[in-house]
Amino acid sequence: MTELMVQTDGLTKRYGSGDHRRLAVDSVSMTVRRGEVYGFLGPNGAGKTTTLRMMLGLVRPTAGSVSVLGRPAGRPEVTARVGALVEGPGFYPFLTGRDNLLVMARYRGLPERVVDAALERVDLADRGDDRFKSYSLGMKQRLGVASALMGDPNLIVLDEPTNGLDPAGMADMRALIVALARGGQTVLLSSHLLAEVQEICDRVGVIDNGRLLRESTVADLRGSASLRLRAEPVDRALAVAMRVAGDDGVRVLGDELVLELPATAAPGLVRDLVAARVDVHEVASRERTLEEVFFEMTTTHRNDETEEALR
Amino acid sequence: MNAILTATMRSTRAELLRMRRWPAVWVTLGAWAALALMFGYVFGYLAYKTGDNSFSNEGESMSSVLRDLMPISVPDVLLQGMPMFGGALMMVLGAIVAGSGYGWGTWKTVFTQGPSRSAAVAGSLVATTVYVVGTVLFTLVLYAGVSLAIAVSEGQHVVWPSAGSVLESVLAGVLVLEMWALAGFALGTLARGPALSVGLGLVWALVVENLLRGVGSLLGAVEALTHVLPGTAAGSLVGSLIGVDAGGGTPGVVDAISGTQAAWTVLAYVVALPLLSIALVRRRDVA
Repeated sequence: MTELMVQTDGLTKRYGSGDHRRLAVDSVSMTVRRGEVYGFLGPNGAGKTTTLRMMLGLVRPTAGSVSVLGRPAGRPEVTARVGALVEGPGFYPFLTGRDNLLVMARYRGLPERVVDAALERVDLADRGDDRFKSYSLGMKQRLGVASALMGDPNLIVLDEPTNGLDPAGMADMRALIVALARGGQTVLLSSHLLAEVQEICDRVGVIDNGRLLRESTVADLRGSASLRLRAEPVDRALAVAMRVAGDDGVRVLGDELVLELPATAAPGLVRDLVAARVDVHEVASRERTLEEVFFEMTTTHRNDETEEALR
Repeated sequence: MNAILTATMRSTRAELLRMRRWPAVWVTLGAWAALALMFGYVFGYLAYKTGDNSFSNEGESMSSVLRDLMPISVPDVLLQGMPMFGGALMMVLGAIVAGSGYGWGTWKTVFTQGPSRSAAVAGSLVATTVYVVGTVLFTLVLYAGVSLAIAVSEGQHVVWPSAGSVLESVLAGVLVLEMWALAGFALGTLARGPALSVGLGLVWALVVENLLRGVGSLLGAVEALTHVLPGTAAGSLVGSLIGVDAGGGTPGVVDAISGTQAAWTVLAYVVALPLLSIALVRRRDVA
């Protein structure tokens, strides 16, 4: 079996024709490796769902290609080994949750017992005999995830799986996804919630305006940690800080100094500051959140575009 | 080939399950059963009992009204309501089966389960066909029972129709209802929703074809066109088997084309409509 679970190459989708053409996905090339939790990150309308739809064979690409499990996307032998929840759960409103899963199990050719196991897994066992239309948004979402899990597919594609869940439900969902990955299943997860991705994903792809801006590990994306320092007098503190972290390693942020040093450098720094008779009010290790990185990335990208448009 | 068959079987089993538990299906079929019973037997029996000249027995003598209620007439009664009312209801059935899944997003879910789109749609078509055949057989049994009850209560000698005439009626009935169900399915697929397809389909089946046949008697070109339309074909197929009353008689039952030509035309629709549905679904982007 291939190590690359998903590979897209110049994947493009254009909607409409003539003057109303809209580029939903613009030459996206990304890879999802076996066994990882891949976070597909972007604001609403960035092209995440359209990309996922092309991976599942629901939508035909305008250009480029996508292979899943080493074969062209959408082939029956591929979809049979992929579990998916895309753009909200689509189920029969008049059927109970259990019957809905039973119908999908029949489509997949799975025995009936997988249904109860799947309901159990998303905590819906006691509501399985209620009609789908009586479910809350969060329960519908969980039923969608249950359906994607049936038959232990090699790849699980979840489009905004925590949509509509309350905080406890979100935590449960994250735990479930982590458990799936531990069990050897590959999970491709789209989200606009950075905290979620940061917590559970091994690698992320950042998409905005249909373009894949970056693809890397979460750690790489966030970069190294920094130290935040509040001390007085500021000029003397700055001098010490620049001696320790280097001239380019210090930024002044309001009444704070930000030093590009790992947390382990904190004790040495404090010793030097105290020796230089500086009053240290606060030293904290600080990691950039994915959110900051993300906004940095998407805003610069947009600014570039605006400049291009102005030229 | 085997893989396709397996996938189609799985899809059929899945569709049969969701249709069996779908109230809208039973409402539609229940409406047919109620209409069939009323127009087939209830009104005729009331007219016979009260001796009124109601609209359904205009110009008929009481003995011919009674004859229509006897078991021997079951094959004719079975077919008389099918070209129009039965067809319209089957069109509703086909349209909701095919069309509702787009709004609910269930086709999207189904198409990511494993079976190819062709297999999934074929399964849905087979399941719909099972319901159509079941409807015809159920109606046959219902009619046989009711006519037997009337014969016994009226003290008439019970004469059953020949097996050949029953088989002929059942086959023609299945063909006619199946064509309308498949037309509904194709419309539902085309419109990606039940509402527009049901509306347009009903206007077509109940109104437009009748109007066109009216215009056709004046304009040769329109008449030639009506001869290949589904309603005319279904009506003529039934008309060739049960006869057309002078003065119009049963709505939708006509003798515009010969029985053979009608049967071939209906058959052509039964083959072409599912292929159209499958071709449409295979090509499209599913949101």
